[in-house]
Amino acid sequence: MLKVEEIHTYYDHIHALKGVSLEIREGEIVCLIGSNGAGKSTTLMTISGVLHPARGRVLFDGQDIAHRPADRIVGLGICQVPEGRRILPRLSVADNLEMGAFLRRDREGIRQDLEKVYELFPVLAERRRQQGGTLSGGEQQMLAIGRALMGRPRLLLLDEPSLGLAPIVVEKIFGIIQQINRDGTTILLVEQNANLALGVSDRAYVLETGRVTLSGPSRELAHDERVRKAYLGEQ
Amino acid sequence: METFLQQMVNGLTLGAVYALIALGYTMVYGIIQLINFAHGEIFAAGGYIGVITLSFLQSRGVLEAHPTLGLVLAFALAMVYCAFLAVALERMAYRPLRDASRLSLLLSALGMSIFFSNGMMLCQGVYDKAYPIQLYSTGQFTVGGAVVSYIQVYIFVGALILMIGLNLFVNRTRLGKAMRATAQDKVMSALLGINANRTITITFVIGSVLAAAAGVMVGLYYGSVRFDMGFIPGIKAFAAAVLGGIGNLTGAVLGGMIIGMVEVFAAGYLASEYKDVFAFIILILVLYFRPTGIMGEQVDDTRV
Repeated sequence: MLKVEEIHTYYDHIHALKGVSLEIREGEIVCLIGSNGAGKSTTLMTISGVLHPARGRVLFDGQDIAHRPADRIVGLGICQVPEGRRILPRLSVADNLEMGAFLRRDREGIRQDLEKVYELFPVLAERRRQQGGTLSGGEQQMLAIGRALMGRPRLLLLDEPSLGLAPIVVEKIFGIIQQINRDGTTILLVEQNANLALGVSDRAYVLETGRVTLSGPSRELAHDERVRKAYLGEQ
Repeated sequence: METFLQQMVNGLTLGAVYALIALGYTMVYGIIQLINFAHGEIFAAGGYIGVITLSFLQSRGVLEAHPTLGLVLAFALAMVYCAFLAVALERMAYRPLRDASRLSLLLSALGMSIFFSNGMMLCQGVYDKAYPIQLYSTGQFTVGGAVVSYIQVYIFVGALILMIGLNLFVNRTRLGKAMRATAQDKVMSALLGINANRTITITFVIGSVLAAAAGVMVGLYYGSVRFDMGFIPGIKAFAAAVLGGIGNLTGAVLGGMIIGMVEVFAAGYLASEYKDVFAFIILILVLYFRPTGIMGEQVDDTRV
């Protein structure tokens, strides 16, 4: 479905990605783990078209989208829940969700998806008139995921959905991520919490200073010596 | 008491006009953090299109037969013309500088202001152009001793309708919400599929349509327009936008009303020669004591 080939991306003159390649197949959950500054978010931003690679290709369904602007990539069915959630703070919860469906014109489908999102996250329905900026961290994460789902993504990019949340909220959100995947959405998950990410994903890539250093089925990587030492906190 | 009421009526009229212009400043600032100094000239261009339309209709003898139609046409043409003017302005003077420093953008805005004002002087001459207002300036009535002319009522009601329309657009429509989304977070908006350039163009168009309407209103109110008429009201409306809290729509309306009132009352009770000074005194005080303006620090949904 998505194939990233040898991309080099510069971010403020920093050579952030030095030839990253990865592949995501329909229906998978693929995770990208690595420490701070390894280039995980840069990879997602390059796929979404907010950043453009200096070299390399991003193939989605076989066509190179590396140089398309971000607002046109959404229309292909790639939606992102960015790092820090980026809720529109002075728009209501309902309006944030409506903006998630900005490019869609199928009123009936939008209405159904809205109901689905409210079903998935009942707290959002309760707070639909509240401004996005007034929600708690966990609620904002739910809103960010709900907003991305409103775009009816075929590929959902999730950037650190566990960041700054209480363990019980994290557990709930990861349960929902798996449910979204079961309902047919392919997921690329970026996480610093490697344990969690390897637990829910089919395959994983390890990113270190802009390069993929390891990749394979998540179950295998979870038992890999190097991964355990570097990312699972074992001595 | 009578003078007080009279000043009140005059202040409301003037304030409504300032509010309309201030909305354009605040919307553009909200979305690209630029003080669009050429906004005053767009307002002036609106005034000119109004006088050109009305004079033309008068010369053909149509105006006497259909005064209301003439007025509608004057407003409509001024708004359409200024919308195109704003699109051209944004494309040529601001969009190429999207990634440049804010100072470059500001200088470009100042340059465009001078360019437009001189352009109007070259095309329309240096002298006042008189509005054919005899048809419109006749009616008036009295409330508690204060004389209210019909034209004042029209201006106030017209401004009110435009502001309500803007409010509905910004809060209720998909494009209005997209505009606020772009103002709040450009990267996120792009990730939602919102085209920033298109949204910015729409913002300029709306601000300029309001300014064009204000231009025709001022022409009708004072009876004439001049090539440099955009300068002083432009700066006063800018002061109004800052007073209200730049980027905040409610603030701009509030600021416009306050500046209009203060100016009229100061001219009536203190010294009319100094009427232009008070807006600047307010601007200086606001910048010194509360640079965020009245509504600036509130998380408020009327901000773009």
